[in-house]
Amino acid sequence: MKDLLPIRNKSLTVWIGLALVGVALILLPLALSQIGTAWVRITNLAILFVLLALGLNIVVGFAGLLDLGYIAFYAVGAYVYALLASPHFNLHLPFWVILPIAAAVACFFGVILGAPTLKLRGDYLAIVTLGFGEIIRIFLNNLSQPINLTNGPQGITLIDPFRIGGFNFATNETFFGLSFTGPVKYYYMLILILLGVIAVNLRLQNSRIGRAWEAIREDEIAARAMGINTTRIKLLAFAMGASFGGISGGIFSATQGFVSPESFVLVESIMVLSMVVLGGMGNIWGVILGAVLLSFVPEVLRYTVEPVQRALFGRMLIEPEVIRMLLFGLALVLMMLYRPAGILPSAVRKRELETPQVKTT
Amino acid sequence: MSAAPLLSSRGITKRFGGVQALSDIDFTINRGEIYGLIGPNGAGKTSLFNVLTGIYDADTGEFTFDGLPLLGLKPHEVAARGIARTFQNIRLFANLSALENVMIGRHVRTRAGVFGAIVRDAKTRAEERSIEKRAYELLAYVGISERANDLAKHLPYGDQRRLEIARALATEPKLLALDEPAAGMNATETAGLRKLLEDIRRDGTTILLIEHDMKLVMSVCDRVLVLDYGRKIAEGSAADVQKDVNVIAAYLGGEVTRDLKGAA
Repeated sequence: MKDLLPIRNKSLTVWIGLALVGVALILLPLALSQIGTAWVRITNLAILFVLLALGLNIVVGFAGLLDLGYIAFYAVGAYVYALLASPHFNLHLPFWVILPIAAAVACFFGVILGAPTLKLRGDYLAIVTLGFGEIIRIFLNNLSQPINLTNGPQGITLIDPFRIGGFNFATNETFFGLSFTGPVKYYYMLILILLGVIAVNLRLQNSRIGRAWEAIREDEIAARAMGINTTRIKLLAFAMGASFGGISGGIFSATQGFVSPESFVLVESIMVLSMVVLGGMGNIWGVILGAVLLSFVPEVLRYTVEPVQRALFGRMLIEPEVIRMLLFGLALVLMMLYRPAGILPSAVRKRELETPQVKTT
Repeated sequence: MSAAPLLSSRGITKRFGGVQALSDIDFTINRGEIYGLIGPNGAGKTSLFNVLTGIYDADTGEFTFDGLPLLGLKPHEVAARGIARTFQNIRLFANLSALENVMIGRHVRTRAGVFGAIVRDAKTRAEERSIEKRAYELLAYVGISERANDLAKHLPYGDQRRLEIARALATEPKLLALDEPAAGMNATETAGLRKLLEDIRRDGTTILLIEHDMKLVMSVCDRVLVLDYGRKIAEGSAADVQKDVNVIAAYLGGEVTRDLKGAA
């Protein structure tokens, strides 16, 4: 955990590695465009899920508070953007105004959820957060009456894309003979936001606040006795996590151009939580890996299962959806057996689960 | 520093359902003292600690600490006022390193918030450096610096006790409240602990000590408070308390009391 922090102390090879990753990230969408723009869209959605997973990681991984309703904050952010940049209320604010508002509103809801649940732990907290997630979704579904706030199950359409002056993120453009489609432009923006969010997360983890979160996760009573205002620090975890969810939601709204309550069902919360747990709770890189895997594998299956089966058997035997769930189940079982702390466990989680070693000093 | 006592307790009472855990406890702790708190198991020693440090609320009574009332404060506010404690059953942050444990103890004396954490301005960086420096100093002070990067749960038992003391000292307490620090220690470790307690007192921190190791209590404590069934049965110098018939009765049993009283 400590060694992630001082990048300036890293050796030359690490710098070269980082440079290669950077180049790969820049070229990725151009390469994907060759296969099909759909893949760029999938990548963008994967990045959104990485953002979400990183936000949830603050609550679950750092502070140890199990949140099963996290998608609610994504929903809040998405609707804030949708309402402020669509013909629904005929408001068309620019995105750099809306995203901070989305973060603030989601943060407010994070505190609303956090405040009454501060005394709950583990399973009890999980149940309340699960309920909260459903309440938000049902509100969005029903707030079309008496005044039409959310347009109910039909959702909100014709949401503005990101625009900076005359530069529209949704249209095609050609620079230096290369064609940049809308998704490709969003990709670069998302990568920039992602890098910012990763930096914020790393810094939070290695700070006075991050240590206080870890202290609460380890032993709340001892944390209080050491002068940590657990009420405040837990609320802060909820608020920070929710803000990241809100920002991701806003971007989701803009990239899709359409939101409806259906996008924010419980399964989505579970999915984001699975990303955090699969990758390695508390480890930022693990969480990113988990989110990328769980976003991409189903899509890869969707595009490969059918042609592969047709080539092998001449017809479709098993639906991609069935294979997806089979693999998902298998992955869960294998994970529990061989890597219960996640693919890239945090140093802390690894220590928790490994058998204590006898020191021979 | 005034001559007024650091901590005074008046009429502290705490009841759990039908159990009278503490009844009407009065005592004062002077600055620079090592003040012992002894009594048989279940006498109310740890309850008194929990009421003092804000984990429980007292039913009646009041504490005055450093000239100001203490009751009604939450545990973190008590820590901010200058009372730090250790726990009878060690409560370290088990999966964090020894150094991180002590760094967390600095929380209450430092200020950096989310903004500082994200922006990492000069002030925050300086604060982080000072937190780390102080944590290393404290690990050295309690004699476990070579363990800085080991996980708290991997430390030997005696070192865990020392780490708890270092973490408590990191909060810059005026009063250090130790709940059975010598429990489970062997004779050598206890001798080392005794030296540590004397060092801490010499360096200006008053100590409130719950302890079952009578040899340790009698050798380091200036004064001792004895509880039994939630009542104060004796208070005074270690030597006086040792001779008190009520104390002997409490430790050895009621029958002996009558015999001793008859004999006296």
